[in-house]
Amino acid sequence: MSSIPVTYDTESHAAALAASGLRRGHASRVKERAIEFVLFLAALSSVLTTVAIVVILVEESFQFFRQVPLSSFLFGTEWTPLFAEPKYGILPLLTGTLMSSGIALLVAVPMGTIIAIYLSEFASFRARESAKPFLELLAGIPTVVYGYFALLFVTPILQRIIPGLSGFNLLSAGLVMGIMIIPYVSSICEDAMRAVPMAMREGSYAMGATRLQTALRVVTPAATSGIAAAYILGISRAVGETMVLAIAAGNQPNFTANPLEPAQTITAYIVSVSLGDLPHGGVGYRTIFAAGLTLFIVTLFFNLIGHAMRKKFREAY
Amino acid sequence: MSAASSHAPDSVREIRQLIARHKRWDYIFVTIGLVCLMVGVIAFTALFLSMLIQGAPRLSLDFFTSFPSRKPEMAGILSAWVGSVLVMLVTALAAVPLGVAAGVYLEEYAPKNWVTDIIEINVTNLAGVPSIIYGLLALGVFVYGLDLGRSILSAGLTLALLILPVVIVATREAIRAIPVGIREGAYALGATKWQTTRDHILPYSSAGILTGIIIGLARAIGETAPIITIGALTFIAFLPPAPLTTQPPFISFEWLMAPFTVMPIQMFNWVSRPEEAFQVNAAAAGLVLVVMTLAMNGLAIWLRYRLRRNLKW
Repeated sequence: MSSIPVTYDTESHAAALAASGLRRGHASRVKERAIEFVLFLAALSSVLTTVAIVVILVEESFQFFRQVPLSSFLFGTEWTPLFAEPKYGILPLLTGTLMSSGIALLVAVPMGTIIAIYLSEFASFRARESAKPFLELLAGIPTVVYGYFALLFVTPILQRIIPGLSGFNLLSAGLVMGIMIIPYVSSICEDAMRAVPMAMREGSYAMGATRLQTALRVVTPAATSGIAAAYILGISRAVGETMVLAIAAGNQPNFTANPLEPAQTITAYIVSVSLGDLPHGGVGYRTIFAAGLTLFIVTLFFNLIGHAMRKKFREAY
Repeated sequence: MSAASSHAPDSVREIRQLIARHKRWDYIFVTIGLVCLMVGVIAFTALFLSMLIQGAPRLSLDFFTSFPSRKPEMAGILSAWVGSVLVMLVTALAAVPLGVAAGVYLEEYAPKNWVTDIIEINVTNLAGVPSIIYGLLALGVFVYGLDLGRSILSAGLTLALLILPVVIVATREAIRAIPVGIREGAYALGATKWQTTRDHILPYSSAGILTGIIIGLARAIGETAPIITIGALTFIAFLPPAPLTTQPPFISFEWLMAPFTVMPIQMFNWVSRPEEAFQVNAAAAGLVLVVMTLAMNGLAIWLRYRLRRNLKW
């Protein structure tokens, strides 16, 4: 159990101890076990959380799918659950989610990677030590504030560049979301690059390679799995992001591939339903659990792959 | 012979040109890197300035001491910041003991077996679950399952679950930094495992744990989606019952079950309105929120920096 043997209750030492000491030893052993059990329960509470999430989502979704066939949920192109004649096709919400995440990643992946390479391979110690806390602060800003920024600052600017752009659109929400997850992507990428042993860089420099050649042809390939993990965890982050989209994307479940139009994501749909007053236990109420289950499965999938890859690069060196 | 000697300077020149070209690419990349970093800086500056310009005129004492109102110029954030403080209190009281205990268990006690593996994988994955899913969990478990309603208690517990992975990971990292020699010294003097943990491990890791707690709470205070999902009202023009009363037993827990609003919800409510006057309020509320989270995160970063400088095992 413990890595270091506790010596006072071994036989050779027991003789030297007074009888009262032995009794106290027994009492403290019971106490030790009790404390360990309490701590174990605390650790187990996190597993309980996951179990509760799965049970709640699956149970409510199960009720939902008894009323709505799975095929019309997965392949339907109309999502109008609160209309008189409700339709429950998740595709418009999925395309909204995929498009907003796609735009966000188009911003976050290249910029996050370049920042990570710069900080890890080029920047001086001082520059790195001042840039990293700044990126951390950027990551700590509440998402509702980014939503305000997207709706009232970025969208008006975009409207000047793209005439006729709707006041609510996926483009501006996606761009802001991209900026929001840059620190996340860059910090995981940088971790991966810093884990590459110095000797590999020194070998490359000794062959006459420049810093950029070393960064792109030695460090980056060696850190591939960590960098891939950063992208995958970035995707998961973008898919699960809520407030920016609920505020700036327009909350209209459009089945469209045009980022200039308003649309709705899975997360924004859950928010818009929660803002209204749906009766507990109806189909409308259950839609958010079915949508939530979809979201949970998608993010869990990405998270599992991401963490597996991250672990791989940690083991490699 | 003459051909070779005239070639030599040529090839030297070629090599020099090659080196110069490659060095040029280095400089170009450094520029691109700095530009990318600057985009972050500019975005942050734009975000902060746009809120400051729009919202600063609204920031007066009245703004902090008024309830929300239909008239934008009368509206304030009193119920929102009081709600945020109370929810954070519940969150901290629930997440800190649970998270620290779990972290201590995983780092000091856990045997190497499949149960521990499952707990560890689970903590990593919980950290990646979108916050809105926690809202759905809370809606099913706290609001309807345990019948706690749309109360401060429900919201506080929801956010506690949300930041639990942050606290656990921070605790584990802080404990892992303590050298094995400290433990061996304690055991050599006959201390039990719990005595070692209580008298050595926890005190030495407390600054690191505190950093994690502050970062977790800074995240919780800005969370909007899970609180909306449990159905928090957005128009609250009253305060929860006071926790201290004039009659014995002087302490009341009624506030736990009271309806509430929090800062990010108040801001969301104002952003969603078409009238510009309300958006000014949103900017002012956003400014307060950003300053609060920046101050908390800044404190955590500063603590960690000091810790790293002073700590020499």
